[in-house]
Amino acid sequence: MLDLFAPFFQRLYETTGVNFTPFYDPYDWGRLLEGMWVSVKLILAVIAVSMVIGVVGAGAQTSKLRIVRFLVAAYIEIFRNTPPIVQLLFFYFGLGAITPRVDMGGWYEPIIGSFGWAVIALGIFGGSYNVEIFRSGVDAVPETTKEAADALGFSDFKIFAYITLPLAFRFSLPALTNNVISLAKTSSLAYVIAVPEITYTLSNIWSDSVNVPEMMVLLFLYYIVLVAVIAWLMGWLERKLALPGYGQ
Amino acid sequence: MQPASTWTPDQPIVALRDVHKSFGSFEVLKGIDLEVMKGEVICIIGPSGSGKSTLVRTINGLTPVTSGSVTVEGQEVHDAKLDKLALRRKVGIVFQQYNLFPHRTVLDNIMMAPLLVLREKRDDVEERARALLAKVKLIDKEDAYPAELSGGQQQRVAIARSLCMRPDVMLFDEVTAALDPETVKEVLVTIKELASDGMTCVLVTHEMGFAREISDRVYFTDHGRIVESGPPDAIFECPQDPRTREFLSKVL
Repeated sequence: MLDLFAPFFQRLYETTGVNFTPFYDPYDWGRLLEGMWVSVKLILAVIAVSMVIGVVGAGAQTSKLRIVRFLVAAYIEIFRNTPPIVQLLFFYFGLGAITPRVDMGGWYEPIIGSFGWAVIALGIFGGSYNVEIFRSGVDAVPETTKEAADALGFSDFKIFAYITLPLAFRFSLPALTNNVISLAKTSSLAYVIAVPEITYTLSNIWSDSVNVPEMMVLLFLYYIVLVAVIAWLMGWLERKLALPGYGQ
Repeated sequence: MQPASTWTPDQPIVALRDVHKSFGSFEVLKGIDLEVMKGEVICIIGPSGSGKSTLVRTINGLTPVTSGSVTVEGQEVHDAKLDKLALRRKVGIVFQQYNLFPHRTVLDNIMMAPLLVLREKRDDVEERARALLAKVKLIDKEDAYPAELSGGQQQRVAIARSLCMRPDVMLFDEVTAALDPETVKEVLVTIKELASDGMTCVLVTHEMGFAREISDRVYFTDHGRIVESGPPDAIFECPQDPRTREFLSKVL
């Protein structure tokens, strides 16, 4: 694939000095692809963790135990009111330093690497927003609709699974889209703990080849395309789940 | 708990004895006694806030009572040991605001409870659901979503949804109050057909003409008490209590 456009970018560099090394140098091309792949993996993992936390947290918020509700509230306060970059540094350097190391046959490696810590830290960060997003979705399900299911003999669990959850998810989608996009962008902060995602990779390339402006343009384009794809996917999901005639 | 087997069809299918209900310090029901025989149609009328809705909701346990007894087919409804499901399949309720499941099609709305709650076979349920849709004259709407239907159509789906559980008693809680005048009639026709099929019906209604036409007995409630009850002609022609007379002079 690189063969297709390598001559063009090689020539572009030689004639104008505009240096897109990943588009003609096989080594940098490999680094770019790897950086994009790690970035996509990181984003998907972070979204997955944050969604699980969101659903569980929204459920825990309705707990009868005050201590559980207090803990969820405290979690939301802590992680929404501190910068994600500080959270990443805290998890990686703070908790990372005291987590056990495993014997790899002569040398020791931390049981959780930088990628793992980035997933945990950003997942927890995103989850703190998702708890509130899902809670507002659950709150928006009319009591009367649940009551109708109750009157038909649905158990509490069946009411939740077949009525509350499908409706709450739909009500949450617009806010969830915002948070997913925000998380995708925030994933670039994993750079500070040396996760080899796109921002980190491109910064390595520009350190080697001193082509900072070109790599900055590339980085911008990557996020613009990525966010456009996510927004399109979420929009598709929203249209697919839309209730015909509802809210019109 | 009284075993269900002691109940025989010559006894009241629904019986309320000295039912009291308070929300906080506000007493909504102040000692209600009421009996419904199998196949009977009774209407509860009265001014707003007189406790009519609360009264019907105690019959299927949606609103717990403060004291007194409510029995359906001889079983105490407000017994902590009561099998909730056993009660739910005996008593269907239709609400003022239809309360259909907005994310399911009309056919799904009707089939969900028999499938999920009674765990019946899909083919059987589907056949029954289609027959009910034909009965409420909505056979061409089975794939529509609730929000695509008019209020009257949604209410008829809600009736079919309740009937698909094959209840012995149907409760109607001001089912035409939220409807446009022109769609009220289609819902009333559906209920009338149901009543003439022999379904036991308890209705809370503001449709006085309908109450008079359809019911075997009319109960007039005011301030949480049953003020007067009797055959519809007696209540509407020569009400005995001044409060009944006053109410009827306002609404008729």
